[in-house]
Amino acid sequence: MSGVNSVALAVFIALFLIVTVLGFVAANWRRADLTQLHEWGLGGRRFGTVVTWFLLGGDLYTAYTFVAVPALVFAQGAIGFFALPYTIITYPFVFVVMPRLWSVSHKHGYITAADFVRGRFDSGALALAIAATGILATMPYIALQLVGIQVVLAAMGVEGTGFMADLPLVIAFVILAVYTYQSGLRAPALIAVVKDAVIYITVIAAVIAVPAKLGGYGAVFDAVPAQKLVLSAPKPGTLGQFSAYSTLAFGSALALFLYPHSVTGVLSSSGRGVIRRNTAMLPAYSFLLGLIALLGYMAIAAKVDHAPEYAAGFKRYGGNFAVPALFLDVFPSWFVGFAFGAIAVGALVPAAIMSIAAANLFTRNVYKEFLRPDCSGKEESSVAKVVSLVVKLGALVFIFLVPRQSAIQLQLLGGVWILQTFPAVVLGLYTRWLHRWGLLAGWAAGMIVGTYCAYDLGFKGNVYPITIGGLRVDGYTALWALFVNLGVSVVVSAILNAVGSLNGKDATVAGDYEPAASPEVTT
Amino acid sequence: MRGQWLWYLLLVIPFIGTLWVPFYNAVDPKLGGVPYFYWYQFLWIGISVCLTTITYFATKGREP
Repeated sequence: MSGVNSVALAVFIALFLIVTVLGFVAANWRRADLTQLHEWGLGGRRFGTVVTWFLLGGDLYTAYTFVAVPALVFAQGAIGFFALPYTIITYPFVFVVMPRLWSVSHKHGYITAADFVRGRFDSGALALAIAATGILATMPYIALQLVGIQVVLAAMGVEGTGFMADLPLVIAFVILAVYTYQSGLRAPALIAVVKDAVIYITVIAAVIAVPAKLGGYGAVFDAVPAQKLVLSAPKPGTLGQFSAYSTLAFGSALALFLYPHSVTGVLSSSGRGVIRRNTAMLPAYSFLLGLIALLGYMAIAAKVDHAPEYAAGFKRYGGNFAVPALFLDVFPSWFVGFAFGAIAVGALVPAAIMSIAAANLFTRNVYKEFLRPDCSGKEESSVAKVVSLVVKLGALVFIFLVPRQSAIQLQLLGGVWILQTFPAVVLGLYTRWLHRWGLLAGWAAGMIVGTYCAYDLGFKGNVYPITIGGLRVDGYTALWALFVNLGVSVVVSAILNAVGSLNGKDATVAGDYEPAASPEVTT
Repeated sequence: MRGQWLWYLLLVIPFIGTLWVPFYNAVDPKLGGVPYFYWYQFLWIGISVCLTTITYFATKGREP
């Protein structure tokens, strides 16, 4: 790469400035007392259908997703496309499950999933396990958003040596940290509207302009090696890539809404109807993600990996450089700036929500639970604000100290870990038959097995082969670990229930999970 | 009221349609140059949205 692309950089900075102003203005949006945690950290639970659509869309479909999914398709072909079925089937699941979590949380003032587990199972230890898992899974995810920004900055030729190389990233993150501190969840909610608009424009332009330049979609797919176009078929003794594909999609779909930032998005909505309607509207983003995945093939067809001007980028960032290189190859400079700005802003929204979600978890389920049980609402909110700063600082330090590859591996591991909260959080919404110590034992077993499998794979992948009666079945590590988790939870619960072990007091009643008798506010 | 949960069975269909890979692991028939594997899965976005929408309206009575 030679020199800075100044036109692109100017457009990029302009977009970033607009978003920064919005972040600060957001504090006055739907003005309320931001010294209360449910106002700062959940936007007052007042977001209607449209704002929730933007917020969750901006939250779940992160910049890293937009870089990593096409990178996987670029490098490995059809298997990388599992992101599409994954984001299709997560919504029917959310439609059924999440309104129950919303209702019980609204009734009891729960702000995190761990709050719910605390109330349902009367166990601070189990709630701590759920909260710690959430924070652990979120940290590398925030760090990876920074990788998204790093890649586009490098693609615009913004490079330096030593501290200067990292300065633009530090500035961007400090600004983000300050307005998140001030405005809370209102900031990413407002910015998400801009983010989604620029992302949609970018992707629609890309899926029209790129194939037009390359000779149509037929030509794009013809350029892809045949063995990449579909999954490898089962042979005697193995299921090929079939089981890997569907277990990755299924396990990821179950895990997505267990992430703290997803729960924050769900609980900030103004009612059950908002969540239910959004499950029919959010697949618009899945369509977008499918198109983005195809950018990986367009990068193959455009042969950007053979172009000498991008060699340095590919060397440093691997497949993650495919989409930036494609944009540089096809678009005029000003639109490159716009598109890269979209990716950078796309990193800020989830990074803000993730840090708020992690802050909520720490404040409610560690600080208030174990350190200051009688702290005031105001103190709660102040602690959360400071923790959101610490979390972002941690992510920044993390990305500078830890090799990038480790951040990616930890994020993969985070997906395995977060799914281990499924029995307590999701099954807990339906039954209290599972004993609190059974759930804790199951969680521990799932975490150990999941981490061991990842270790056994050298932390390089998340598909682990097991052999059942001579048949090799490749499957998503997180799902194997969940099976162990469920098995242990059920067996230990059965024993503890049989001997009549104390199981605490349920703070909730059956009606708390259903629609309230009085009409809810719908907007 | 009691029979309403049956509507939720509609939501199982997208899981079957997208997770059973043998349904769609093929290049042909192509649609506008796009292999079957890809346009089939894109199609399921639309089908899934329709099924969710139907379930939403059919079960709305239970919700205030």
